[in-house]
Amino acid sequence: MVNMTINLILLFALILVALWTVMTIRLIRSIVGLALTSAILSVIMYRLHSPLAAVFELSVCSGLISVIFVTTVSFTQRISKEKLRIRRKERLLKFWYLPVILIATAVMLCQHLLTPQFTLPLLVPAQGLGVRDLLWSCRHLDLLGQVVMLLAGAFGVVILFKESRK
Amino acid sequence: MSQSALQLFCTFGIFIILLLITGAYCMFVSFNLIRVLIGFEILIKAVTLLIICAGYVCGRTALAQAIVITLIVIEIVVMVVAGGVALWAYRHNKTIDPRKLSNLKG
Amino acid sequence: MLSLFILIPLLLLFILNLPVKFIRQGAFGLVGLLLSVQILAALLHSLFPWSAFPEILGSFFIFSLAVDNLTLVMLLTIGTVALVSLIVAASTIGQERLRFYFVNLLLICVIGMNAIVLVRDIFSLYVFIEIVSVSSFILIALERNKSAIEGTFKYLMLSAMATVFILSGIACFLLAAGDLSFVSIHSAFYDPAASFILKVAASLFLCGLFIKAGVAPFHGWVMDAYLASPASVSVLLAGVATKISGVYVLLRLFGSVFIVNAPLQNIILFAGAFSIVLGALAALTQDDLKRMLAYSSISQIGYIILALGCATPLAFAGAVFHFFNHAIFKSLLFVNAAALEKRFGSTDMNKLAGQGYKMPVTGITSLMGVLSTAGIPPLSGFWSKLIIILALFSSGRFVYAGVALLASVLTLAYFLVFQRRIFFCKSELQEPALENPGKISRALGFSEISLAIITVVTGAVFVFMPGNWIMPLKGIFW
Repeated sequence: MVNMTINLILLFALILVALWTVMTIRLIRSIVGLALTSAILSVIMYRLHSPLAAVFELSVCSGLISVIFVTTVSFTQRISKEKLRIRRKERLLKFWYLPVILIATAVMLCQHLLTPQFTLPLLVPAQGLGVRDLLWSCRHLDLLGQVVMLLAGAFGVVILFKESRK
Repeated sequence: MSQSALQLFCTFGIFIILLLITGAYCMFVSFNLIRVLIGFEILIKAVTLLIICAGYVCGRTALAQAIVITLIVIEIVVMVVAGGVALWAYRHNKTIDPRKLSNLKG
Repeated sequence: MLSLFILIPLLLLFILNLPVKFIRQGAFGLVGLLLSVQILAALLHSLFPWSAFPEILGSFFIFSLAVDNLTLVMLLTIGTVALVSLIVAASTIGQERLRFYFVNLLLICVIGMNAIVLVRDIFSLYVFIEIVSVSSFILIALERNKSAIEGTFKYLMLSAMATVFILSGIACFLLAAGDLSFVSIHSAFYDPAASFILKVAASLFLCGLFIKAGVAPFHGWVMDAYLASPASVSVLLAGVATKISGVYVLLRLFGSVFIVNAPLQNIILFAGAFSIVLGALAALTQDDLKRMLAYSSISQIGYIILALGCATPLAFAGAVFHFFNHAIFKSLLFVNAAALEKRFGSTDMNKLAGQGYKMPVTGITSLMGVLSTAGIPPLSGFWSKLIIILALFSSGRFVYAGVALLASVLTLAYFLVFQRRIFFCKSELQEPALENPGKISRALGFSEISLAIITVVTGAVFVFMPGNWIMPLKGIFW
């Protein structure tokens, strides 16, 4: 019961921070909110018995992605105060739909899902491999895929981020 | 499958669907190309949570973690490429408003 | 042995990036050699079965790869279209730096596509689909002009949605089957307790793969991506990249891994028919050559999806044959568009009208491609469409068969209009209206002629040996 309560608190916090990330007006605050969302997600994953993935998520998504975003944003210019005011008004008009939609969906789903009408299959217990052993002994293709993906990313960075000297 | 595990999965499922709606909303209704990318990030986080939760409920936490680790690496690369493309869109159009990207119509 | 299809291109990628001068200059030649070896290996599989080669890497890496007839057809297609794309790039991309980047990204794309057709595990499949997607994003944005960036961004957004759908499907499969290989997922379909979750997972996968394949109503990105990309990239994308990462995966999963029930089959049939009609009708009204070819692409993919929805072994064989034919004749038409663009400087049909008579090679090969797309005997397109329509008739879906026939007539109509406007009438306008006419190079002409020959030969040979090629494909279908 205590477990479930802590999980519920964390999930509510996750939704609230994500909502703030989407609805806030300044871009930098949005990026900070994204990092915070990653942190809360990482704690939830730790509670779901996935410590390695939690550490990865925390270090990469909270850290690296925020750095990438801030770097990208730093290449663009600040908008003027005038445009900021216009944008604030436009934003509020469009974005107040979001909490309404969320609450409506939540209510609808609660009625359906709190007494689930479907079953899940009973599975045989898995082999007792840890994550490291699994990754390094059974899923070599994924590792190869990661290597190729990083190479592709390297080419992308060189092509897209380099200013060409005419 | 035990009833409590199913209950847990459904509870998490509700929040995952809410997070998906938030991310999709941010991605499609936004005035700023960078926010589109933030929306995509939130969508990927929701799916990550779904995978971990599915792994926990059926006991395959090791496989779920292996999937999530690979997924995070893929997501970084896609994010970097998307950031680069957004940057060039800014340089061409002098604005990061996705509504202004209407050069190719038809 | 099978892992060599992935590892050798990777090794070549590393070699190409060494700072040695003559390797960089010979980059195109090396990659062309590799792709020719791939084509030959796929063609000669019956003479030299691959299992005869010793498994030297088996002790280091454990890759769960497998090959069957569907994979062989796909490997042949990938090799052919990638080679054609390489030849087109050698003729059309001018800058030294961009040529080098193109070759590297082409190699990465080929690694991804080879792996997609060889793997037997659903998450590895997703990883390599993403590799193909990312390399196509970068390829479309290669020249970094305004429309290219916009096309890439639209493709990115829709690809992100497809990613979310596919990953949610994978999570549901994890829940249902506990393991992600094709074998375990297939056996999970026989378990009655898992049926609800599996239906949800299959529908999620269907949505995601429809977006990736460009099936209507999710086809919004196809136009901009094909239009805005450089000529050689259009050939690569239209021929294989989007098709392998979308349509092949649909064929593999819905043909031999999932067991779909009637409502899902009806949805697939309807989506296929909708694509055919939408593509054909929209292509009638287009003024730009590449846009018309893009809509025609959507229409042809609709035929394959229609055959998939029909869910009989004969329809499946027809779908795979049509996939191969479509890759050949669509690449041919895109190469012709590239040749026209290089010579006359634009792809607007109003500007090109009446000028095509100066390029006889392009005209004749374009005629072959057009007739094959429309399904005129004895070219290859006729046979594959015939198989699909026969399969639809024999399973009782007369309405869909009628739609497919009518759309074939429409296809003939708009393509003949295009052919006549550009190649068959002579215009009195002088050519200097368009700036900078370049000479068409021999390499482009060579690739056009060889693709046209493949179309004709496939059509002619098919009459004599249907049993040899089509029947083995039927066996893959569950």
